[in-house]
Amino acid sequence: MNLGPHAAFIIAAYAAALAVVIGLIAWVIADHAAQRRLLADLEARGSIRRSEKAEAA
Amino acid sequence: MTLIDLANPTRFLALTARMLPWLAVATCATFAIGLYLVWFVAPDDYQQGATVKIMFIHVPNAWLAMAVWGLMSIASIGTLVWRHPLADVGAKAAAPIGAAFTFLALLTGSLWGRPMWGTYWVWDARLTSVLVLFLMYLGVMALWRTVDDPSRAARAAAILTLVGAINLPIIKFSVDWWNTLHQPASVFRPGGPTIDPSILTPLLVMALAFMLLFVTLHLAAMRNEILRRRVRTMWLMQAHAAS
Repeated sequence: MNLGPHAAFIIAAYAAALAVVIGLIAWVIADHAAQRRLLADLEARGSIRRSEKAEAA
Repeated sequence: MTLIDLANPTRFLALTARMLPWLAVATCATFAIGLYLVWFVAPDDYQQGATVKIMFIHVPNAWLAMAVWGLMSIASIGTLVWRHPLADVGAKAAAPIGAAFTFLALLTGSLWGRPMWGTYWVWDARLTSVLVLFLMYLGVMALWRTVDDPSRAARAAAILTLVGAINLPIIKFSVDWWNTLHQPASVFRPGGPTIDPSILTPLLVMALAFMLLFVTLHLAAMRNEILRRRVRTMWLMQAHAAS
């Protein structure tokens, strides 16, 4: 495949898009894991949510 | 399941857990088809040569940059009028994703501009108004971080978002209202697209792929935000019980 004299610009654009998309996916996955971990810690310490309290009552 | 049922965060989380794997598969499949069309089917442009390949990522990101702010504006009305928590969860979760798409639109446009226009950047109306959109995304994200109480932050961010929505028609019509290096609209215009179907089809498939990517990331980010608020509430309850 011949990308012509401006190949570097084309490759740089696709590489940047790939990097940003991977960054977004990594951010969402890492944030989810962090929130799950915090919730698990709180529940292990005996905290329950208001809705769970209401259900228990 | 009605729309009101979906507005319940717990039901929303359950629905999101079911939908996310399918959305991820659909996003990957659409990207695979789109990239195949871009790299192996679409011809080079008769003037731009292979550089036209940058358009297939630049244009979808530019469309989404504006569409995401439009979505945040609708969600902001939900926050201000109905004070629904899922509305501000939706707006807050969309902001970083919209900022990333806007950044990509600016960066890929710049990389396309250098070989085609002879410059990475000009301070004309289209480029400057999109830069303003990017700065507004950063402003909304900063505002969310500045105010500790989510409901107060939501109202402030909603007002800023609705004020910022004035920029959307300015971006859209900037190429008609002012002199600019940027080309005028060639897809969404009266009289239909001016692009040949051999290039338009891959462009629309790539736009669909980026849209699916946005929906997938947005639902995942909304799920994370709901969990973050649960953590905050439980911390506050624990602190209240301890005091």
